[in-house]
Amino acid sequence: MSDITLTINGFTVTVPEGSTIMEAADAASIHIPRLCHHPKLSIQGACRVCVVEVEGSNKLAASCCYPAEEGMSVRTNTPEILRLRRDIVELLIDNHPEDCNTCERDGNCELQRLARDMGIRERLFAGERKRYEKDTSSPALIRDPEKCVLCGRCVRICGEVQEAACLSQVHRGFSTVVMPAHDAPFAETVCIGCGQCAKVCPTAAFVEKDGTREFLRAIEDPEMIVVVQTAPAVRAAIGEEFGFEPGVAWEGKMFAALRRLGVDVVFDTQFAADLTIMEEAAEFVHRFTSGGPLPNITSCCPGWIKYAEHFHPELLPNLSTAKSPMSMQGAMIKSYWAERMDVDPARIYSVAIMPCTAKKFEAEREELGLDGLRIVDCVLTTREFAWVMKHMGIDFASLPEEEPDSPLGESTGAAAIFGATGGVTEAALRTAYHMVFGEDLPEDAIEFRQVRGLEGLRFADVPFGEATVRIALAHGLGAANEIFDRVARGEIELDFIEVMACPGGCIGGGGQPYEKEGEMPLDEERLRKRAQSLYRLDDDRKLRCSHHNPDIIRVYKEYLGEPNSHRAHELLHTYYYPRVPLGIRPQEAQV
Amino acid sequence: MLYQREVLDTPEWWRGLDEMIARERDANPGAVQTALIPVLHYVQDRFGYIPPKAVNHVAQALGVPTSYVCGVASFYSYFSMEPRGAYTVSVCQGTACFVRGAQAVLDEICRQLNVKPGETTPDMVFTVSDSARCLGACGQAPVMMIDDDVHAHVRPRDVQGILAQYTAKARHEMQLREELAEIDARSHHE
Repeated sequence: MSDITLTINGFTVTVPEGSTIMEAADAASIHIPRLCHHPKLSIQGACRVCVVEVEGSNKLAASCCYPAEEGMSVRTNTPEILRLRRDIVELLIDNHPEDCNTCERDGNCELQRLARDMGIRERLFAGERKRYEKDTSSPALIRDPEKCVLCGRCVRICGEVQEAACLSQVHRGFSTVVMPAHDAPFAETVCIGCGQCAKVCPTAAFVEKDGTREFLRAIEDPEMIVVVQTAPAVRAAIGEEFGFEPGVAWEGKMFAALRRLGVDVVFDTQFAADLTIMEEAAEFVHRFTSGGPLPNITSCCPGWIKYAEHFHPELLPNLSTAKSPMSMQGAMIKSYWAERMDVDPARIYSVAIMPCTAKKFEAEREELGLDGLRIVDCVLTTREFAWVMKHMGIDFASLPEEEPDSPLGESTGAAAIFGATGGVTEAALRTAYHMVFGEDLPEDAIEFRQVRGLEGLRFADVPFGEATVRIALAHGLGAANEIFDRVARGEIELDFIEVMACPGGCIGGGGQPYEKEGEMPLDEERLRKRAQSLYRLDDDRKLRCSHHNPDIIRVYKEYLGEPNSHRAHELLHTYYYPRVPLGIRPQEAQV
Repeated sequence: MLYQREVLDTPEWWRGLDEMIARERDANPGAVQTALIPVLHYVQDRFGYIPPKAVNHVAQALGVPTSYVCGVASFYSYFSMEPRGAYTVSVCQGTACFVRGAQAVLDEICRQLNVKPGETTPDMVFTVSDSARCLGACGQAPVMMIDDDVHAHVRPRDVQGILAQYTAKARHEMQLREELAEIDARSHHE
């Protein structure tokens, strides 16, 4: 493809043919304001915020969908454009609630920033307000159509990236609302709770269901023993909420913060990640050596599990029966640890801090309960955790580095990398190798670089003694569907598939910090840095294989017996069932 | 009286719908959403609206997410997702009719039926359309239509009489159907 040259605001820029005016402007360091546009999604051209003047045309062009042409002369900031763009944004906010001060997205709302940049300092128009009920039926997410500006990003990410297509724009004109089919309560739809709608929403039309009130009540309750676990990906991103650049995993400060919040016991989900690997690797080795069912598909991700139950009931027998690390940790807290400490499990308030909104749904799954008790009572997202710290006056930056409590706090490097796409597979391979060959991988072969990376779809053939383990990895459910389609068509045969619903894996989870100003949600550089921080943790750990974790060795010796033992199955494994409504994947670009 | 349509929900009809969907699918390879519009027309022609059950059925059979089917069906004013009355009343909203007092006619219809434009009477006899544009009979302004019948030069004081004809028609139809059902039941009994 050849290059084309055009001028923008008098500056010459050369871009590949097929670029839009917006892309050309970006290349020329000229920022055209935008709202509905997202680089990872199809072009909608709905908001008109990105209008520009093209010389020789009497109409304004939406730069996100207008192709740049050779010799074109574009103006992005003439007084007339600035005035018109200001009017467009003002019309967008004229029926928006005026409650910025009390809104959850106050301070990180794209609409708020746009209004500021456009210089909207008074409201000249006062339009009719849209009045809708909030949908609070889902344990994971709240839908608030009053905050919606109809940019359609949520509809596109749900359909194009996640292929769940739960959302659509319904009705027309002023009455248009983003909603699930039949305006059903979220809890009764194919919504998988991944929270990517909340991540890409420029306002607060989608936010997580609040868990902070209940958490704050529990830590004040003297009767309750509050036991907290934190997922690997939380430490990779929590610093961003306090002004740190991504790239450092702040686990020590995170543990210290929890103690200062008044939490009684600080455990680590990474312990259970090691436990998951013991169970999942043993299960995989069994399936691999004695005829299946293969491919074995990972089961840590609650968004993916609910997706499979709606959209792929035929794959449920292939899912690993191992519970997720969060639920294993919860089960161990309310059984092993409660017995050991001789406390009534009913007095334990088990809290999980997760990068994830779907975990809030997982925590409510009845089949995961233990003797009628929930094993996880409360799930907070990374964002909620950061808010609680600010609310309680924790000065994160100056906190010391502390260690988690024993005996469910120790973890290996294999557990840390769970937070990034490919991490579960790499951790499982390290331990599966030991289970099959009775010895560890050599020091220089412990890293499986071929399963790392941020490509949506990755394949790797990993030699395993005489045999080869054929692996595929997907993050984003559209990418996962691509794998299943290829397997179904007989194009590839696989032994192991890792599926993470969110782009990047848990580090890009729906509960992770919102992007900073000037960045778009799903920013790849940010995801890469978060992943690096976890791989660095792995690199720095003395123990890098789950089966070397001394606490893991102890719980098997004292309590569980062998991996996949009867006891382990009772506590650490689960089952799945097809769900209604049956999911229908979009087959082409959405309407 | 509550007007009820004939029982339209027969297994044969749903089979016919599936055949229709298969035809439309084949006619639009790789573009199932293109097939959606004619299929929705087919459903609406049968029921007078698009019932949720049909939305789900069409979504499954065509392989289009249910949310998207709702999006399309709710976008076009021709389609209705709510049950409609036996008769649709529309008053021309064109310039000529407006000048000649169409608004007063529409107001009177709404007053008589105690509904707002776009709504259906609780007895399911009338739906008042909120989307009529120029009906193309400006010489006879103001014009109202009830289904395919055109009523010309309508004055507000005519409205009650016109509506009464249709109420009577609906009642008559219901009575006929009841009698037929009785005859049917008796012949079954014998």
